[in-house]
Amino acid sequence: MSASSTNAHGSVKSYVTGLVLSLILTIIPFAVVMSGALSVLATVVVVVVTAVLQILVQLGMFMHMNTKADEGWNMMSFVFTLTILVLVVGGSLWIMQHLHLNMMIG
Amino acid sequence: MSTETLNNSSHHPVEHEEEHHDATGTKLFGFWVYLMSDLVIFGSLFATYAVLMKGTAGGPTAAEIFELPFVLVETFLLLFSSFTFGMGVLAMNAERLGQVKAWLAITFLLGAAFVGMEIYEFQHLIHEGFGPDRSAFLSSFFTLVGTHGLHVTFGLIWILVMLVQLSTKGLTAMTRPRILCLSLFWHFLDIVWICVFSFVYLMGVL
Repeated sequence: MSASSTNAHGSVKSYVTGLVLSLILTIIPFAVVMSGALSVLATVVVVVVTAVLQILVQLGMFMHMNTKADEGWNMMSFVFTLTILVLVVGGSLWIMQHLHLNMMIG
Repeated sequence: MSTETLNNSSHHPVEHEEEHHDATGTKLFGFWVYLMSDLVIFGSLFATYAVLMKGTAGGPTAAEIFELPFVLVETFLLLFSSFTFGMGVLAMNAERLGQVKAWLAITFLLGAAFVGMEIYEFQHLIHEGFGPDRSAFLSSFFTLVGTHGLHVTFGLIWILVMLVQLSTKGLTAMTRPRILCLSLFWHFLDIVWICVFSFVYLMGVL
């Protein structure tokens, strides 16, 4: 299933589009950080938003992830992994932040 | 459903084609699940880095040791290598063996340049006395970025193996799924690198 549907969507056009979008989404955050033109908060927002956008661009245009391939199992396993990542990364930061605060008070 | 199916079924018996077709799909999905588990490994390393990044123990901070122009070049190398691998897969779908090998060779060179730059960066930091033993921040930094670099290195070895197999076996039912899995692996490493340059390097110098 997925072999054909994974690659049927690939074309020179989609790879070039993916490359150009990725280049733009790479240059923007580097320019913002290196120029220091924006406030720290605004810079963080730009970096996070462009990173998420570039990940979505590459997942779609380079890896051809979609809801149809393998009856959606590629997408489902990805969503499941994202859930685990949110638990692991978010949970670690949350716990360690509280631990840090408690240590400072104690 | 796809050009590949249409092309192949015109000169292969249908039964054989479906068997091969399903096997490729299963292999790719299995490899995808492996990539997802690899993503969890990287997620844990990112979490570790996020927790320890302030733990500099009197050593250098992220802002003092990261050189963004250097990282930008590394980023471009990996991004272009991801693109050239995509071109290689397109060449494979078009049955152009010579082009597949040429694109894979270009991808290898770009990836090797990336690994070379990373080794230079690590060697430079260690030489300055800022090795992984200096602070919790540097331990987690070397572990995270080093794990990614190690993945890229294994990807390079895999590309070499595929170049040899393409030369000896050509584009067969054996080598095609391997190229496709390797392409997923390579694109995946570029996506992980987006997180590395965004959350480690760019956020680090703020």
